[in-house]
Amino acid sequence: MGGKDVLVETRDLTKRYGTRIVAVDRVSLTVRRGEVYGFLGPNGAGKTTTMRMLLGLIRPTSGAASVLGRAPGHPESLARVGALVEAPALYPYLSGLDNLRVIARYAGVPEGRIAAALEKVGLTDRSRDRFATYSLGMKQRLGIAAALLKDPELLILDEPTNGLDPAGMVDIRDLIRSLGSGERTVLLSSHMLGEVEQICDRVGVISRGRLIAESTVEELRGKGALLVVAKPLEHARQRAEQLLGAERVEVHDRTLRLDADPATAGQINRELVGAGIEVAELRPMERTLEEAFLAMTDQKGESNVG
Amino acid sequence: MLASFWAEMLKLRNRPAAWVLLLVSLVLSQVFNYLVPYAGYLTADNERAAERILMSTMPENFIPNSIGGFPLFAGALALTLGAVSIGSEYGWGTLKTIMFQRPRRMSVYAGELLALAVAVLAIVVSIFALGALTSSAIAASQSESMDWPPLTEIARGVASGWLILMMWCVLGAMLAFLFRGMALPIGLGVVWILGVENLVNVAAPLLDFAEALQRGLPGVNAGSLVSALGGGSDTPGVNSAVDGTQAALVLVAYAVAFVLIAAFALQRRDVT
Repeated sequence: MGGKDVLVETRDLTKRYGTRIVAVDRVSLTVRRGEVYGFLGPNGAGKTTTMRMLLGLIRPTSGAASVLGRAPGHPESLARVGALVEAPALYPYLSGLDNLRVIARYAGVPEGRIAAALEKVGLTDRSRDRFATYSLGMKQRLGIAAALLKDPELLILDEPTNGLDPAGMVDIRDLIRSLGSGERTVLLSSHMLGEVEQICDRVGVISRGRLIAESTVEELRGKGALLVVAKPLEHARQRAEQLLGAERVEVHDRTLRLDADPATAGQINRELVGAGIEVAELRPMERTLEEAFLAMTDQKGESNVG
Repeated sequence: MLASFWAEMLKLRNRPAAWVLLLVSLVLSQVFNYLVPYAGYLTADNERAAERILMSTMPENFIPNSIGGFPLFAGALALTLGAVSIGSEYGWGTLKTIMFQRPRRMSVYAGELLALAVAVLAIVVSIFALGALTSSAIAASQSESMDWPPLTEIARGVASGWLILMMWCVLGAMLAFLFRGMALPIGLGVVWILGVENLVNVAAPLLDFAEALQRGLPGVNAGSLVSALGGGSDTPGVNSAVDGTQAALVLVAYAVAFVLIAAFALQRRDVT
């Protein structure tokens, strides 16, 4: 499965619990080298289960997956993967430093890397304090430091900003952006649309266990629309319908909403003015990822993203 | 496996619970093997009884004294060590953190077992060492001769003590793997050691099947192994239901079975 530039690939990956619960339903996704891939979906959509399958923690019921060219959980691929799954799970009685020593020993990496990882997440000063005394934001940062110890090609981060206050979220997002800016590939799951929009290059949208879309953020938003304020409105509507077709023209609050590529704004303006219409305002209206997401999940009967 | 072992040792060395269990083991062994008998010697109202009690604390008896509590209280503490070490990995969610680092599951498991084996050996050696120190102190204070058992006997005592505690420890670890937690395994394990085995022992003289069952119980075999090393049958948990060789073999069989069942559970089940 997968070419050289495909780091993660799944084909019809499925996880069932008993006969009634389908946590992940035939998910096929592709994560390419060097990208920050957002795995977006509401709570309970199947993101964490998918990530656990990719890490070899749980076995799929059917389907296949490959991580760095190997089966999930293979020691050779795990050696190149750093991960943070759900809340950072480390030893509360150990210091941050000793927690990283433990992880380094399991991972088979030199302890010399610990200082750099702590520096990267800004925890050097508190590294000798017990993990139990850390704030949630510090715990998340230590979890990311643990994930960075292997200097991984692929970082798998499951809801890394979950439970953080706004300032903590900004810190972690900045950190993830910096981690994903070079050669490193990041697979980030989130139920927060804004987060994915800010950080990710491509997005896979999962809802009720199914991957319902996979593309770039721009593609998911769609080509957008044009908003036109013109007089006389009825005349402008008729002319727009002649140009674009009636199904692509709507009137909201005395404003025309045209389903048209914003790049055609100049041409539409010329046509309207040429028809004797006074165009007071013409501007592109891009859909946010949230609108795109809601449109997609509405089609599938799902709209409860957090 | 060695990388996992050293990671486990770092965790165990820094873990307060492990030190508490060691401390409690040492305190209980000192109290029941030396402090109570010595107090009895000081307050005995007849000289023969006093002499007999004093002799029981002398260096020549330090092997049975040291392992006398292993079938019961030290066994329960070893079971707790196994259950706490493995069960807390589920409670804190750290098992999943470990499992996606690099080593295979069985490699992590082998490292955990090896670290527990070393910790149990440390507990046994500490109990023996402190027992030797206390008995020599008592002998010196009473101007009694210090007749130490031969080194081979001491080694046999340490090995037997390690086998008994390791069997209980891996039972605790196995229960923690099966129940994916810590509280239930400790509860069930302690009820087994202190409750179920005692009930079967009570029923054994009355019912044939209970007597047959008794000879196969882990605690009874642990007690028989202690008895074979000179442990008195008046010590709770110590008995002579089977001979020492059979007892050792049964304990090995139990330990191996517990290790294999836990390995199967870890290898086959999802880590959630």
